[in-house]
Amino acid sequence: MLKANNISKKYKTVQALSHISFEVGEAEVFGIIGPDGAGKTTLFRILTTLILADEGTATVDGLDVVKDFREIRNRVGYMPGRFSLYQDLSIEENLNFFAKVFNTSVKENYDLVKDIYQQIEPFKKRRAGALSGGMKQKLALCCALIHRPTILFLDEPTTGIDPVSRKELWQMLRRLKEQGITIIVSTPYMDEASLCDRIALIQDGVFLKIDTPDNIVAQFEGTLWGVSADRMSSLLQDLRKEPGVLTAFTFGDTYHVKVDPMKIKKKELATKLEEKGYQEVEIKEIAAGIEDCFMELGVNTKMN
Amino acid sequence: MMTIKATELTKTFGNFTAVDHITFAVQKGEIFGFLGANGAGKTTAMRMLCGLSKPTSGEATVAGFDVRTQSEQIKKNIGYMSQKFALYENLKVWENIRLYAGIYGIKGKEIGKRIDMILEQLGFEKEKNTLVKELPLGWKQKLAFSVSIIHEPQIVFLDEPTGGVDPVTRRQFWELIYQAADRGITAFVTTHYMDEAEYCNRVSIMVDGRIDALDTPKNLKYQYNANTMDEVFHMLARKAKTAKS
Repeated sequence: MLKANNISKKYKTVQALSHISFEVGEAEVFGIIGPDGAGKTTLFRILTTLILADEGTATVDGLDVVKDFREIRNRVGYMPGRFSLYQDLSIEENLNFFAKVFNTSVKENYDLVKDIYQQIEPFKKRRAGALSGGMKQKLALCCALIHRPTILFLDEPTTGIDPVSRKELWQMLRRLKEQGITIIVSTPYMDEASLCDRIALIQDGVFLKIDTPDNIVAQFEGTLWGVSADRMSSLLQDLRKEPGVLTAFTFGDTYHVKVDPMKIKKKELATKLEEKGYQEVEIKEIAAGIEDCFMELGVNTKMN
Repeated sequence: MMTIKATELTKTFGNFTAVDHITFAVQKGEIFGFLGANGAGKTTAMRMLCGLSKPTSGEATVAGFDVRTQSEQIKKNIGYMSQKFALYENLKVWENIRLYAGIYGIKGKEIGKRIDMILEQLGFEKEKNTLVKELPLGWKQKLAFSVSIIHEPQIVFLDEPTGGVDPVTRRQFWELIYQAADRGITAFVTTHYMDEAEYCNRVSIMVDGRIDALDTPKNLKYQYNANTMDEVFHMLARKAKTAKS
């Protein structure tokens, strides 16, 4: 459905993308996961024919992004990261407008957007500019779908959206997949990775890894412990001082500590912490999550 | 000592009640998480506490000043940082620090000292002359936070400070919040990352303009029989009556 081969792009001195290659299959949900500034938007803009790559080639739905840009634009749905609908038009007017631009009507493709549109329909006379965050996202998604695209590009659809609305949006994406639509979605939220069929972890314009979420997690090398105790604020520094502790990061109410199992054992660490006066010390071996893998692969954000 | 105290604080727009009789207090040096779904009323409440919007009814004091009558004193005693705007992109790192030092009334030689201090704290010495627009987002946010507390305010309001920031820098950002709290600065934080809710001393969750839950993360999880703050949030937010945003 989509093939990118060796794509690179530079803005003046900043290398936004370096040698990106990947493929996406039909009706696949492919997640591009990484922080702001990693190059996600640049990649989306190249694949939706809005800007040209300096190097490399790409095809979308079998069409070349440079030569066949007109035809590609009829076939893709694109929801940019920044809200880009007409603020002074109502919900209804925006949707009608986008249908007309693509020579179709809301009626013709209503079945595709119905689930999502029904949630905002009670407010259809309201101006888009007066909608709250989640409602804007739902409208933008309807507008990106109204011409029945074969492939949908969603650039950070969940940024700034609360956890409940985020979950709803992902449920909608699963339903679109069932209807055969290919979805390429970017997000800075690591916990959304597990909702994709496959993901690419991106940082500083480079794909660190492409695989299924399960495989990425399974490939985490090393031993990871979840550690907690009564005085959490000093515990982090004390853990980092311990020989055998490679990294220690906060994860909600516990610390994820990567250790060298040859140098330190669980019991040993527990005893040491208790000697330092910690109480309620708990150390459990845990499985790594996507966020652990990302930090392990990315090591640290570096300056350009 | 309480640095924020709100009693029955309310704001209505026409016949819509955005903030509905909220009552709570925040202690000095506390890290207070202010959570809620989009459209639950967080921003409206925060604007009232910062002295930017007058309450329709109810009372609140921030840093000991009345939000209704002493908004100018409040602005001098708080820091504010949001994801959307914090620094001037076309000024260099040190110029941004100097600008904010000046705005907050820091004078003469003290300005130079603060610039050096912040650069050292953040390990930014090499970036002193870099334009802010050339910094990665995570670096900008750390700088913006340091600048927002340059005048050692009693309280700093942080509106989704870590949105989109990479996982490592996001954690470093929280370490900065902890350091500020250790110095006695109260941090009032909104976030959509539920793991960050766990880092707060206490958390409030707004639903339809009301505060429906307020306690330590540990107690909230116990009360709602949940393993994570994410579960607690979903249970509460699902009760919302208004069209979800």
